[in-house]
Amino acid sequence: MNQIREIFFRLRNEPMGIFGLVLVLLVVACAVFAPFLVTHDPNALDIAHRLAGPSFDHWMGTDQLGRDVFSRVVMGSRIAVWVALVTVSLSLGIGLVLGMMAGYGPKWMDSGLLLLFDTLRSFPTIMFALALVTVFGPSLQTVIIVIVATTFPVYGRMVRTQTQALAGNEFIVAEEAMGAGMMRVLGVHILPNIVGPLFIVASMDIPVVITIEAGLSFLGVGVRPPTPSWGAILNDGYAYIRNTPWIIIFGGIPLIVTTLGFTFLGESMRDMFDPKLRKDL
Amino acid sequence: MTQPVLDISNLCVNYQTPKGTVQALRHIHLQVPPAKVVGLVGESGCGKSTLISAVIRLMAENAHVAAGKIRFMGLDMQGFSASELRGIRGRDISMVFQDPMTALNPVLTIGRQMVDIQYRDGLSRKKKRERAARMLERVGISDGLSRLDNYPHQFSGGMRQRITIAMALLVQPKLLIADEPTTALDATLEVQIIRLLKDLQTDFQCAILFISHHLNVIAELCDYVGVMYAGELVEKGTVRDIFHRPGHPYTRSLLECDPSVIEEPTRFLPTIPGDIPSLIDLPKGCIFQDRCAHVMTVCRKTPPPAVHLGDHHTAACHFLEE
Amino acid sequence: MLFYLLKRVGLAVVIVVVAVVLLYSMIHVVPGDPASVILGPRATPEMKQELHKLMGLDRPFVVQVVSFLGKVARGDLGMDFFSQRPVAEIVFKQLDETLVLVLASITWAMLLGIPLGCYSAVFRNTFSDKLVGVFSIGVIAVPSFVVALYSLLFFAVTLQWLPAIGAGESGQLLDQARHLILPAFAIGLGWVGYIARLVRASMLEVLNENHIRRARAFGLPETTIVFHYALKLAILPTVTLLGTGIGRLISSAVFAEIVFARPGIGKLIFDSVVSRNYPLVMGAVVVSTVLFVLSTTISDSINAMLDPRVRERL
Repeated sequence: MNQIREIFFRLRNEPMGIFGLVLVLLVVACAVFAPFLVTHDPNALDIAHRLAGPSFDHWMGTDQLGRDVFSRVVMGSRIAVWVALVTVSLSLGIGLVLGMMAGYGPKWMDSGLLLLFDTLRSFPTIMFALALVTVFGPSLQTVIIVIVATTFPVYGRMVRTQTQALAGNEFIVAEEAMGAGMMRVLGVHILPNIVGPLFIVASMDIPVVITIEAGLSFLGVGVRPPTPSWGAILNDGYAYIRNTPWIIIFGGIPLIVTTLGFTFLGESMRDMFDPKLRKDL
Repeated sequence: MTQPVLDISNLCVNYQTPKGTVQALRHIHLQVPPAKVVGLVGESGCGKSTLISAVIRLMAENAHVAAGKIRFMGLDMQGFSASELRGIRGRDISMVFQDPMTALNPVLTIGRQMVDIQYRDGLSRKKKRERAARMLERVGISDGLSRLDNYPHQFSGGMRQRITIAMALLVQPKLLIADEPTTALDATLEVQIIRLLKDLQTDFQCAILFISHHLNVIAELCDYVGVMYAGELVEKGTVRDIFHRPGHPYTRSLLECDPSVIEEPTRFLPTIPGDIPSLIDLPKGCIFQDRCAHVMTVCRKTPPPAVHLGDHHTAACHFLEE
Repeated sequence: MLFYLLKRVGLAVVIVVVAVVLLYSMIHVVPGDPASVILGPRATPEMKQELHKLMGLDRPFVVQVVSFLGKVARGDLGMDFFSQRPVAEIVFKQLDETLVLVLASITWAMLLGIPLGCYSAVFRNTFSDKLVGVFSIGVIAVPSFVVALYSLLFFAVTLQWLPAIGAGESGQLLDQARHLILPAFAIGLGWVGYIARLVRASMLEVLNENHIRRARAFGLPETTIVFHYALKLAILPTVTLLGTGIGRLISSAVFAEIVFARPGIGKLIFDSVVSRNYPLVMGAVVVSTVLFVLSTTISDSINAMLDPRVRERL
């Protein structure tokens, strides 16, 4: 709790961080209160008023099926935030476990896991995603699998490096000499020392994750219609870019706001705590 | 005395820090005569490095000269523009730094680096390389011409220090500033480098300002010695004066603490008790009062005057007489 | 240096092999039978059997993987059953377009990013430095496909300054270059930020090193110090970043190619995924993965060449 107070206290002197925080809070609030904010049912068709421009009734106009773009954008924030939360926590969990295994376990395990990390990192993300889509078919789960598979190796490698550095420390060697088990060493001594920096790196991955989700949905291989995702809205708008540009314009703004917000916030948090954190990645 | 190469008078340097103004150097008077070696000795943090940064005007961003004059060959360096200063650095004044492992650019060959510092001379590249190679051989690196194509990491620490000395002398400076050039080396190498410097000094006849915290190195190499403590020059004189007739209590304890002058076998190395005073919140009176064995009331009230003990010998203490 | 290269290339080969095995296993645990997709709903079991044999799907899995690896090593990526042409031929034809796009993007990003970074480092903590900093973070954050869509909308559709779709008439360089501008702008923009930030950070670090202080003490001109002594060291992390960046750029190229309807490997994969053309997906992903591993290997080797200390480390 004290730490959180300190974060807010120090953030006061970082205009960029405050700006980021405001944007992030805006997006999160939007996701939480989405059902109260929408003016229409985001999936309600209204063919009579399809591709209408912004008006008092439809603040951001309507799409090719007459759906209210504003309501879809608002509901889309739920998908974005949800995907970000799920994938980042899954990646963190897997990365932590495998990274500690690689860093603390026997040499063969280290080499094997390291090879796995390096291999998974060597796939171009979107190509890899497309390949997986041919296997599992387009769905939200596929998106989550792709994102987790391509991001956990980064955490894994980081955890491994830090675990190795810590495991050589005198206090841990002493603890081992006194007969401490592996679980105790990892859980009591190593874990608390690496979660802090890991969380900052993870928070900086949120905009990346949101971008991948939106990108895949834009390509039509992400969430299935009619679920409103920002990427899917952009996909709808792309087909009508010549005559009804507002779908693209309004579909892109929330993405920009979200990624800018999380990035600005993450950057200033990292600067505050550890300016050298991400150097070795 | 002929005109000194370097004449520092009443120099004061301050650092602005979040905690307040650090008065790193206070009222320093020091002359370096032509073709002589002047040693500066003192504990780490006493202001030796700040002094030389001030001389070549390459100071940290938060440092500034608060008072005093630095004259080089009779010219006031404070009045120099940035480009005039650059004209002096590396031609009239050159430097050898403390850590030879980081003093050379790791991604350029030493030949490139040695040719680059001769950029003012209108010689052909070939001529410059030959000069560099001759200089390398002069400092004891054989096969100079072919070693020019090597990178710094292909040389040992001692060799690299020889290279930096070669570079410093290549420009035939009037003043060479050596900032603890042997501290990072082990003892045998230290002796070699000191002999080399002494040798070269006789040949090149340049003045040297030599900074060290090893008294025996100073005794070996220097003609004059200045003793610094907490930002002040507490005593200066010839090597004989300082080593045989030390005036200031700090100089005396320094000499007593030097392992090489301890004659009786002992289980403990003597040390000077106490800590260096805060340079933000300076004590009234003598700067050495808290650690001095002979401290009296007067020491806590008034700063000591500079007492002339001989021709070149002065020390700042209340208990000395001319 | 030779020893370093051998070790680095060895590692790269192992990674590629593992990656190909992983991909192959994934594609072949497909719930749907690739044969029935290719042959359509009216295929008889005999036809499927025949195709299985042709594709080698009737053999044990390990044999399939090994034989596929062997073929990949020889540059044989199999046949595309729709067009009856070798996959390798189709993929490599598209690869050129993607490489041109990726190179154009990274080039303009470097041409702008490196000077920006140097400028920021030399004038650190001034207002313009902070401005460059915020700009850099901003362009890194914004998704490249949104940049692509907005620039398509603004420059091509609204202002009509530049062509919207395609890669231009083949053979007409000027036309092709005009078609290249918007896609390269879209996917290179973020890299301007990345490079500027990285160059600034490493430049600041290098400018504080002892040997730079020493170069200053020798009175070397500031331009020589920044561009010859410091930049060569400060550029090293950027070279590494470019390597890993190629992979990400190939990924972003998918978006640029689809938004601007350009031919290229990304569009090829996308179209093959949509039509469930497994051999093509497989071939194109393998090629782009190899390309990615290759670029990291090359960048590491360049790094080793520029920095003689790295060589001795591996």
